[in-house]
Amino acid sequence: MSGEVQHDYHLVNPSPWPAIGSLAIFVTLVGAVFTMKPDALLFGIEGSSWGSWGFGLGFALLIYTVFAWWKDVVKEAETGDHTPVVGIGLRYGMILFIASEVMFFVAWFWAFFNASLYPIVPTSGATFWEVIGNDAVWPPVGIETFDPWHLPFINTLILLLSGTTVTWAHHAILHGDRDGLKKGLWLTVLLGAAFTMVQGYEYNHAAFGFSGSIYGATFFMATGFHGFHVLVGTIFLAVCLGRSYKGHFSPERHFGLEAAAWYWHFVDVVWLFLFVAVYIWGG
Amino acid sequence: MAHANPTGWKRWLFSTNHKDIGVMYIWFAFFAGMIGFAMSGLIRMELMEPGIQIIPSVFGMDDAQARHMFNVLTTGHGLIMVFFMVMPALIGGFGNYFVPLMIGAPDMAFPRMNNISFWMMPPAFILLLLSTFVEGPSGMNGFGGGWTAYAPLSTVGHPGPSMDLAIFSLHVAGASSIMGAINYITTIFNMRAPGMTIHKMPLFAWSILITAFLLVLSLPVLAGAITMLLTDRNFGTTFFDPAGGGDPILFQHLFWFFGHPEVYIMILPAFGIISHIVSTFSKKPIFGYLGMAYAMTAIGFIGFVVWAHHMYTVGLDVDTKAYFTAATMVIAVPTGVKIFSWIATMWGGSIRYTVPMMYAIAFILLFTMGGVTGVVLSNPGADVALHDTYYVVAHFHYVLSLGAVFGIFAGLYYWIGKMTGKEYPNMLAKLQFWVTFIGVNMIFFPQHFLGLQGMPRRYVDYPEQFAYWNWVSSWGYLVTLVGVILFIAVMGITLARKKTLGDNQWGEGANTLEWTISSPPPFHQFNELPQIK
Repeated sequence: MSGEVQHDYHLVNPSPWPAIGSLAIFVTLVGAVFTMKPDALLFGIEGSSWGSWGFGLGFALLIYTVFAWWKDVVKEAETGDHTPVVGIGLRYGMILFIASEVMFFVAWFWAFFNASLYPIVPTSGATFWEVIGNDAVWPPVGIETFDPWHLPFINTLILLLSGTTVTWAHHAILHGDRDGLKKGLWLTVLLGAAFTMVQGYEYNHAAFGFSGSIYGATFFMATGFHGFHVLVGTIFLAVCLGRSYKGHFSPERHFGLEAAAWYWHFVDVVWLFLFVAVYIWGG
Repeated sequence: MAHANPTGWKRWLFSTNHKDIGVMYIWFAFFAGMIGFAMSGLIRMELMEPGIQIIPSVFGMDDAQARHMFNVLTTGHGLIMVFFMVMPALIGGFGNYFVPLMIGAPDMAFPRMNNISFWMMPPAFILLLLSTFVEGPSGMNGFGGGWTAYAPLSTVGHPGPSMDLAIFSLHVAGASSIMGAINYITTIFNMRAPGMTIHKMPLFAWSILITAFLLVLSLPVLAGAITMLLTDRNFGTTFFDPAGGGDPILFQHLFWFFGHPEVYIMILPAFGIISHIVSTFSKKPIFGYLGMAYAMTAIGFIGFVVWAHHMYTVGLDVDTKAYFTAATMVIAVPTGVKIFSWIATMWGGSIRYTVPMMYAIAFILLFTMGGVTGVVLSNPGADVALHDTYYVVAHFHYVLSLGAVFGIFAGLYYWIGKMTGKEYPNMLAKLQFWVTFIGVNMIFFPQHFLGLQGMPRRYVDYPEQFAYWNWVSSWGYLVTLVGVILFIAVMGITLARKKTLGDNQWGEGANTLEWTISSPPPFHQFNELPQIK
């Protein structure tokens, strides 16, 4: 069983990042709890004295870890560790990651449809069973919703357009056209940023709040987590753009770019469901 | 390129080796299991006699605090045993160690991600332990709302940071499991040895594959649900608060959409292990191999569409209850396929009663009993009476404590020789089996009677009429405690011995790939991939 390695799998070198990342996650989360509960005590120490520090430092360490880890991955990709069979594995991994993300959004859509298909008149817990089944409407009384054919429609067009520009970038690299790759990615990143800005503008002009009503809760959490995923996808594409300037990617090997494109399409599809369900039907 | 092999603490902390990571998972599960077992000890001692006596004296608490502390203990026991003992042992431990060996792969598909899957477990566990030391309900420490964390007890019922820490603990443990699951699926789909088609793959690898799919598809829904708890608690959203148009039942739907697949996540890997052991010690190939594999697939699939059978008392309409009853009972069919196939494997076989085989046979017996009480509970008519009684506690401990945990013991005895090259002390191990077997049945069998008599779960005290069987049950715990001490002794003696075992300790019958390499296996196996005919 000994002897030279005669397979194409990637036996990754030992790495400090998983352990450091776990530490960062721990510090971030304990800090987050005591930022949210500044008056609470942990072993006699008040949260306000250190909670936000813990959260900030932990999060900074986490961002650094993520950066360093993926830098290693890119280095391995460029030095030939990602053989064809490893590439297939990376594809499985990305598909499964996106599948888990889909299920995460299922939870938020579940909350939305639970509230919108079976609305109840707001009531105290004690009288919950008396009002359930009474006439209630969606959106709830007093909620002024967005006109879906205004900013949300513009954002739909922005995201759909960005889906085409990322495909442009992909086909450009398939044909060895590095200039087209950069142009397509630049446009996609800019469109992603435009989406985020429009979304931010919309949030600032919402006629309903985040707290106090199930409408605001489902709206902001569903669209907010989508917005967060747009941000992550934009960063992913921006990294690919940076790599394209460094001469990475070839017509045969460019899975980092492909994964970013898959992720981007996933974000796009989630938006279409949000647009149809939350903005048009639920508005 | 030369592969670095760090030694000392770096070997473990920076590991990218599936066997080292598997071993760390098993040790982690052991320590977490000891804490969870100690918690159940406090619970059982408190319930030995009517009245509240043990917890106030152990923790120096007044009556109200002691009542809450009891609930903190049941909550902690449940969460620890599910997320920090059974899952790390079966999936993280045996899955990591043996899936690559069985499919003829040199390691996992993503060895570095494998390591963060493990290293996120200690922070998650510490978050959960920390939660017991900070305020939960006003003036009291810890979260006592049960492992299910139903709103509104987990929102307005526990305003302190304790619940927030518990939520983040589940987030971290969940992310760890999702990454682990992605790793297993990719490894199994992409790295099977040449010639090993999916229909030739060992059943343990099948069980981990299906478990991993359940994890990828169910855990994110839990993550969403507990994120809603978090925002309801801290940012004023009203997902579960009727005052803002929200719905507390929504939490139960989301939780059990995860929670039901979760129970199959815990038992499927044990199914896989039992299949190997029964086949090995009957000296026969498993009866109905493909039926076994697709029975697990069917169990996994149906497991996603039965969740509301945990919610018969929340006011579901009759049609909904009828559907969930029918769907739940359907699961008994593929489960029966498995039970009968194990028996058919033993039928006419040359059976050797080794310790793993004894655990496997006990598993089949006891898991079947837990399964049968599960069919009883799948009827809403019966469940309305038995809901939240000790009958339910007895049911799920028969399938988990006496099912999944017996699967862990079976796997450990089956594979400890492979993992260490050392032989366990046979007579002491047999004693350990019998003491544990008697102890756990003494704990949980009487709980059926208590439940049928109407004793509710999650109470620190009970009326006089429940005293007798509670007394028996608590003495069963003490017998089990002896079993656990014996277990530690068996493992200690094993580890202190010299390496004496060859490639295949069990001989004919043990014919999966892990038995073709040395014990313990080399740091990197299968540099040259095995060919499967």
